[in-house]
Amino acid sequence: MALKASEIKVGDEHVEVVADNLTRTQIVQYAGTSGDYNPLHSDEVFTTKVAGYPSVFAHGMLSMGATGMAVTNYVGDGRLTKYGVRFVNQVWPGDTLTATVAVEEIREEDGQHLVDLTVSTSNQDGREVVRGSATARIDP
Amino acid sequence: MVDRFPVEAGHIMLFARSIGDTNDIYYDEDYAKTTEPGGIIAPPTFVQASAQWEEGYSLRPTIGEPWFGSGKEPTGVKRESSGGGGGGGLHAEQHYEYHRHLRPGDVLRSVNKPGETWERESKRAGKLKFSESITEYYDQNDELVITARSVGVQTERPVDQG
Repeated sequence: MALKASEIKVGDEHVEVVADNLTRTQIVQYAGTSGDYNPLHSDEVFTTKVAGYPSVFAHGMLSMGATGMAVTNYVGDGRLTKYGVRFVNQVWPGDTLTATVAVEEIREEDGQHLVDLTVSTSNQDGREVVRGSATARIDP
Repeated sequence: MVDRFPVEAGHIMLFARSIGDTNDIYYDEDYAKTTEPGGIIAPPTFVQASAQWEEGYSLRPTIGEPWFGSGKEPTGVKRESSGGGGGGGLHAEQHYEYHRHLRPGDVLRSVNKPGETWERESKRAGKLKFSESITEYYDQNDELVITARSVGVQTERPVDQG
């Protein structure tokens, strides 16, 4: 279901839990599908003994992908025209991530209605991990 | 740069599972036909999986060659251009512009363009070296379908978690 410009307003929010107690197995799944096999994400020996991190951690792109689910669940399938994020903190096994998608602007460009969104995902401690924005085509 | 990235329905399904997305448009062709796109499409970040098709991609073990990840113990193999974290740097930003969404059957090729580089000091990880790259994905009809801008960062030392 696509959004309608007439039914949303600036400040509206869609909040969704996009990962619940993130498992190491899901991180391995993401390595396998994305093709990013950096040992930092699956190899505890390497990550702790060589790289100097407390444990393996998720690909930034896994948190972007999970956050993208909240965006597409809000704007509808095939409606995104832009989506971008900064990775502001790392995501660790066991994290629970909540994405907040908020309406920043509703506008019209060449007769096409668009919505600009801010996107922010935080972990269970309220620490932001992903911050970004998105734009989607919406109905009048 | 990727010469040929065939977008496949099975890959889209596996990718959707790995990001925890249960939307049937990524799994079920019959359902997808009833949606506005009218068929299976790929999730917005799927194009990142083009790495699977990149010749000699540095974050995929090459059969028969040393790999910097560990066996029973660390191998001691050094990766070129690895940062202070030893993992070869971290992903700082990713941006996509969609000219249309990908579908099974699409065959993409990508063209890379270097972007800007810059440095900054950080309390949590020392000197940070950022580098940007722009990747344009073209389909089988030579139409531009996705423009991606990626920023990577090499840290002087592992990021302090305090």
